[in-house]
Amino acid sequence: MGMAVVPFSLRSSAGIDVSFPGERRSLICFVKEDCPTCREVMPVLAAIHNAFSDQIDVHVIGQTLEGNETLEQEFSPPFAILDDSTLKVSFATDIDTVPTVFWTDAEGKSSSTLIGFVRDEWQALCNEIVQATDVPQPDLDWASLPEWRPGCGSLSVDPLVADKLQAEAENSPLRARRIDIAVADDEVEFMFDQGFSDGLPLVPPTPERVLRMLSGTRRDSQEIVAIMPPNMGEVTVEKVAINAVMAGCKPEYMPVILTVAEAICTNEYNIHGVMATTMGASPVIVVNGPIRHKIGMNMELGALGQGNRANSTIGRAVRLLIRNMGGAKPGGTERSTLGNPMKFTMCFAEWEERNPWQPLHVERGFEAEDSVVTIFTMTSGPTLIVDQDSRSASELAGTMGLTLEAAFNPKAHFGTDCLLVIVPEHIDTLLRDGYSKDDVRQRIQEVTSRPIRDLVANEVSGTGFKREAAAAMTEEQLARELPKFKTTDDMHIVVAGAEAGKFSGAFHGWATGEIGSISVSKKIEEL
Amino acid sequence: MTTLLDPTDERVPVERTITPRPSTIKGNVAFLDISKPRGNVLIDRLEERMAERLPEVTFNRYAKPTFTKPAPEELRQQIQEANDFVVEALAD
Repeated sequence: MGMAVVPFSLRSSAGIDVSFPGERRSLICFVKEDCPTCREVMPVLAAIHNAFSDQIDVHVIGQTLEGNETLEQEFSPPFAILDDSTLKVSFATDIDTVPTVFWTDAEGKSSSTLIGFVRDEWQALCNEIVQATDVPQPDLDWASLPEWRPGCGSLSVDPLVADKLQAEAENSPLRARRIDIAVADDEVEFMFDQGFSDGLPLVPPTPERVLRMLSGTRRDSQEIVAIMPPNMGEVTVEKVAINAVMAGCKPEYMPVILTVAEAICTNEYNIHGVMATTMGASPVIVVNGPIRHKIGMNMELGALGQGNRANSTIGRAVRLLIRNMGGAKPGGTERSTLGNPMKFTMCFAEWEERNPWQPLHVERGFEAEDSVVTIFTMTSGPTLIVDQDSRSASELAGTMGLTLEAAFNPKAHFGTDCLLVIVPEHIDTLLRDGYSKDDVRQRIQEVTSRPIRDLVANEVSGTGFKREAAAAMTEEQLARELPKFKTTDDMHIVVAGAEAGKFSGAFHGWATGEIGSISVSKKIEEL
Repeated sequence: MTTLLDPTDERVPVERTITPRPSTIKGNVAFLDISKPRGNVLIDRLEERMAERLPEVTFNRYAKPTFTKPAPEELRQQIQEANDFVVEALAD
């Protein structure tokens, strides 16, 4: 087998630093005091030491200081046990079991590895050493020893310590700067002081937690996922994991967060503008496909609200990433006049099973079984579309249109896009008349169409078409009707919410198109 | 000791920042004696000298119950509410 003892220097219970490899062949045994098999082999190791230690190095490595002391008191071995209570040698050697015995040449290369206690194997190894060293057999009554004893788990693979050891190991996937917090300092307060927080407490991103978070992805920890404006920070998988820990995520959310990070850092989505605008824009993350169920997202009652860990923390992780890796902080490059609470987090899943039409991701060109994130930029909402009275699809979609006309302000036509979240009871009303998604869109355009004449700035409201531009228009031009949205593609429609309640919701967009932000969908490849 | 991993792009060094120092002293100044022997003597002298140079400033005296422990929360709040500056004096 391919196991090899790593070179080490360990202190013995006699206070002597012992190095491996030394100048001679070595027999090395890892033991742990509370392992019955290890206790059983202590006399065997003593006999081996007595027989061979003139010719070879015999190293017995113990995994706890207290345990080593106990073993020495009980067995009075002729050797001093080496202290590996930090478990670094055990971990780096990658042993799973104690006792594990290695027989190595003078350069430290292992020729045999014995795991647990199999009498025949140990005896064969002794024979091999006898032949190699030309000394007599150890003083052992092999027949009195048990034929076989399984070993115990090495402390270095104990789940309680393994993550810590991995984080500290030389091949650790963690490369981020380490910040040591003094014992007297409160780490939560420290993170506030450093400006890491969105204003709410954060989970401290210890190496152990970040390592566990990284177990949620197969991607290399140092892979650069995105370049995050405004600081153009190189977002590695590790940095995503650190921010995900702080946000309170579970490791299984990682593929979603990584994909969102990629999507928002595209030129089309333009996270820089979304964060910098005085309008107070923010990403809305919609998740489609099987991953919704796998990570337990909420798409039903209260889907846009609080209380579901995946919904809440995925959006927050993205927000923290933008803040910490992109450097977008209020007062810095984030210049929102009012801000909005969606800047803390806004992520939900579409209730595809309650959607009679194509779900969002399929409509946008993906397969139904793909898991996809779609990022929409909102500036307002969810504004409620309250209609408990309409009994026909055209009436209800008409209400949706009239409500949506308020986006930006009622005179602002062609200015933005929207994400319409239709609730189940409204879906039922729309379906009664066989409405498709496009029928909903057409109806919204129909009821919001206004002659330009009505959209000109006037004494009621000074916004709209400029008075002087209108003055230069012909009657025919002034009579031209404009719907609310430039194209029906500017109305994104998803289904979510509880079975009860005739209250759909709408997010109003930001500057739509090349000038501002275009919604981006991206498949979560890593599933 | 807790170790945290840096969530930022690491272009700014991590350090404790001190409160910005104003260029002029006005308002109320607190003298906090940590209750080490002769700390009061040091503060007496400081107050004399500062009062000469800053006639407009009001000085308030405070003392920690014991130098071995951090100032009680109540005392810190009291100092913070009533003062613009604080001079904490150690003496031995």
